[in-house]
Amino acid sequence: MNKHAKDDEIMPLLQARALSYARNEEPIFGPLDFSLHTGEVVLIEGDNGSGKTTLLKVLSGLLEPTGGVVLLHGTPLTLARLSHQVALLGHLLGLKLELPQLALASVGLEGYEDQPVRMLSAGQRKRVALARLLLVPASLWLLDEPYANLDRDGIELVNRVLDAHARRGGAALITSHGAYAYTSGTPRRIALRNDSALPAALSPQPSLCT
Amino acid sequence: MKPGTTSAACAALLGRDLALTWRRRGDALNPLLFAVIVVALFPFALGPETSMLTRIAAGTIFVAVLLAGLLSLDGLFRSDLEDGSLEQLVMSPHPLSLLLGCKIVVHWLTTALPLIAIAPLLAQLLHLPDPVLPILLASLALATPLLSLVGAVCVALTIGMRRSGMLLTLLVLPLIVPVLIFGAGACNAAQLGLPTSAPLLWLGAWLVLAVVMAPLAAAAALRISLA
Repeated sequence: MNKHAKDDEIMPLLQARALSYARNEEPIFGPLDFSLHTGEVVLIEGDNGSGKTTLLKVLSGLLEPTGGVVLLHGTPLTLARLSHQVALLGHLLGLKLELPQLALASVGLEGYEDQPVRMLSAGQRKRVALARLLLVPASLWLLDEPYANLDRDGIELVNRVLDAHARRGGAALITSHGAYAYTSGTPRRIALRNDSALPAALSPQPSLCT
Repeated sequence: MKPGTTSAACAALLGRDLALTWRRRGDALNPLLFAVIVVALFPFALGPETSMLTRIAAGTIFVAVLLAGLLSLDGLFRSDLEDGSLEQLVMSPHPLSLLLGCKIVVHWLTTALPLIAIAPLLAQLLHLPDPVLPILLASLALATPLLSLVGAVCVALTIGMRRSGMLLTLLVLPLIVPVLIFGAGACNAAQLGLPTSAPLLWLGAWLVLAVVMAPLAAAAALRISLA
């Protein structure tokens, strides 16, 4: 059985059909077609300003797509019925500088439970935000530049966490401008291009499957 | 892993926001100080004549408390927007209106409740007759949650804009004028020995309506302005 036939049988966790987004009539990305299955980690690559963050915001339901649909387990995604399935880790980490955070042992920060976030470095804050991902039972992770600010151990930590998540039947979309990347296995890639002459796109889905 | 219950999420959010207010207690005291200064300045400006101060007491206290509340509204969702917590709240599986309701409760607890607590002291400063004090406290207790609720909707509408402070004030002011008229009106009626139940009941009715509708409207407005 080839990969295509198998893809058709299993309902993809996340599917984008002709997905595009434009701000003030200026296209940011798309139209994009891709799907993401359970146990998959897919890397979104693109230069600065190519629309990676916007794509994740559309996929998380925070932004309404200009065209196309996002299907989560085969049904259209709306913010109102997001439920527990999607977790987003964006550039804004959602941490309060004044408060200490819990569940830190899992990200190599044991002993910091009583420290306000203000006292932590940027990389340590990133680890704290990762700890939140581990607390939420979401099957789809949307990670915006998870490798930024992290040291080598931190990068390995992210990869370990991603592997474990994929093995548990989760899936993740991660963005990167190419500096660091997901190393275990060879992840499928989606490339976003800045060039507005070409319809900024990507690998049509299964062709880059590994 | 099991998802947390909605009540646990609300409790966690209440606890977090109260802890945050405690960590920033200097900022949190600002509205309180503002109201005290406004009320304390009136006798200096108008002269210490008891009969006149008695006449303007309730209205002055009301205006000072509402303006102090207005002053603190802008920060209601500001820090959550800037550090990304608001995105996480919007994406959470729990009803956004309930979560925003918790934030509104914390706003009222931390800005309006201290003001109501020192209102008797402010009343003494302006020679408010003692029998009017319970009416003043009752109308403040009804009017300040209204300000927090209506204000939250306006904040949610304007949060996506830069420098939304001016627009926010313009939006809230006309909505809060009826509250002021009925609240201060109840105190004036009490001072003249007239029945006060009608304006207080009106405030109560609006409060019930706002408790039900405002969190829903704020949630809808927030979704629009984040997009």
